[in-house]
Amino acid sequence: MLSVLGMLFDGVAYGMLLFLMSVGLSVTLGMMNFVNLAHCSFAMLGGYVAVTLMNDAGWPFFATLPVAFVAAAAASVLLERVFFRRFYRAGELAQCLLTIGIVFVSIAAAAYIYGTDQQPVHLPSYLQGSLHVAGLGFAVYRLVLIGIALAITILLVVTVEATRFGAQVRAAVNNQRMARGLGIDVDTLFAITFALGSGLAGLGGALAIAMLGLDPSFALTYLIYVLIVVSVGGLGSITGSFAAAMLLGVADMAGKYYIPAFGSILIYVVMLAMIMWRPTGLFGRR
Amino acid sequence: MSSDTLAIAATNAGPHAVLQAEARWRWSEIAFWLATLLPFVLTPDYLVLASQVAIAALFVLSLDLILGFSGIVSLGHAAYFGFGAYTAGVVSVHGWGEPLSGLAIAGAASGILGYITSFIIARFRHLALIMITLGLGLLLQEAANAASWLTGGFDGLQGIHTWKLFGRIEFDLYGYAAYSYALAVLFIVFLAARRIIHSPFGLALRGIRENGARMPAIGASTDAHIRTIYTIAAVIAGLAGALLAQTTETVSLEALGFQRSADVLVMLILGGTGRLYGGLIGAAVYMVARDQFSGLNPQFWYFWIGLLLIGVVMFLPAGILGGLASLAERVAALLPRKARRASAP
Repeated sequence: MLSVLGMLFDGVAYGMLLFLMSVGLSVTLGMMNFVNLAHCSFAMLGGYVAVTLMNDAGWPFFATLPVAFVAAAAASVLLERVFFRRFYRAGELAQCLLTIGIVFVSIAAAAYIYGTDQQPVHLPSYLQGSLHVAGLGFAVYRLVLIGIALAITILLVVTVEATRFGAQVRAAVNNQRMARGLGIDVDTLFAITFALGSGLAGLGGALAIAMLGLDPSFALTYLIYVLIVVSVGGLGSITGSFAAAMLLGVADMAGKYYIPAFGSILIYVVMLAMIMWRPTGLFGRR
Repeated sequence: MSSDTLAIAATNAGPHAVLQAEARWRWSEIAFWLATLLPFVLTPDYLVLASQVAIAALFVLSLDLILGFSGIVSLGHAAYFGFGAYTAGVVSVHGWGEPLSGLAIAGAASGILGYITSFIIARFRHLALIMITLGLGLLLQEAANAASWLTGGFDGLQGIHTWKLFGRIEFDLYGYAAYSYALAVLFIVFLAARRIIHSPFGLALRGIRENGARMPAIGASTDAHIRTIYTIAAVIAGLAGALLAQTTETVSLEALGFQRSADVLVMLILGGTGRLYGGLIGAAVYMVARDQFSGLNPQFWYFWIGLLLIGVVMFLPAGILGGLASLAERVAALLPRKARRASAP
């Protein structure tokens, strides 16, 4: 029983990370149908920015998070202006190839600068150790992680549901052409959403390093998980992404805890079954 | 992509006449296949590499059939390549190293896997299709890793021994036999693929690629067509994998990996999709370049591959062959105008 609770706790913390890293892709995919396989490269960038600031410049951990967000957002704006912009109306093959190319370049660049080893992460002492409640140990870092991710989720949902910007985003996801017809500047809206989504991925990457580790293959390893979250959650659905990320986080942890040899097989089987059962995702409307 | 449709629209002849005209052998094709014999004479030290090129070309040809001609995007095509490689390897480890029958068994096994999965493939498009091909590839790799009693798991399959070809020709260190064998299989499969593409069935596939929604309206059964070509492509990929297992006498999990699926995609895009020869040229360029830069750390090799991908998608969307073809068209368009100008008073 206790181990089940511990597993659930780890799974939820893991799911929160997956949510932060994938929600941006879900919204931008829903809006422009742009298959951006380089989304996790932004998460990796956030991770490396955080590690560099902490280890080389001696910044406190929490101060690195906003910088990771801004760095990933800025990089995504640059790439969007130079490359992605030209491919919104191209087929998904061209989009896939372009963004796989960017993934390869980002992995090689990370390997060139930082080497292929796992990056050492030194958390401040107040984030280490664990909190003991009713005989259960909760790692402080994971508690903080869940807190931050929940705060961001609430902020996101409020933004999308209750602001003018959010209403425009929902309109553009629902029917891009109609939204254009109503005078919404979808291109600018998309650029902003894209930057915000990539920034969130960068933040997720920075938060992930202490739990998942960081090496150049991060951009490819977690891409698979992010794609699973997006396709199971349904394009453009924040709540769907959240539910799918929780599900995947807990299921993956359960697999690793109880059937380590077949854990990853289980994940892929579940993913394939989900896509076949509901091709538009659990909460997808299209 | 639209060059086929244009060609048909430009002629008033019926589809059969168009297909026959397409199917005629050109001098450039004969020259190409004669050139594949050159490594025996010019670069006998590189025959092992040449056999790798031929195997890669066979694999690319398989992807071209589904992606280039039928418009099915796959990020997990290595699944069939690896399945064929492991089948051939496992058959050999269990005491049957006869190459030709091993090749046939591997092709058949991959074909069965392809036929089963084709029922899933035919139902999906766009992002769902990308995710499913990716997922199937990863699933198979994980399964091979878990079934280490059969596949050797992470260490790779050990103890493959390929018998003499026809009971006579030994697979030598210099790759004479390996290249001859791989090239012969490539040529035979190429002839079959060429025949398929220039058949009414091949025309229907191109119709599906151009507009999958309109094909059922003219009475074409798109799902059945997709299942058929996907199975054929899986057989070819399995043959390529088996060739690799038999000529190198090793199989590792890497044969099933995402990297291999991405590599074959790069080769096809580099050469040009939907052109039969595009993939072959792309495979040759890619493999030779990788051999030349083999001193590089693989991480940095992928830096250049990434740049190459971005460059090709941005500036050369139809690949090397497509770029050459449009260049040739432009030159051809210029020539008569010049002639006309010269003849004008």
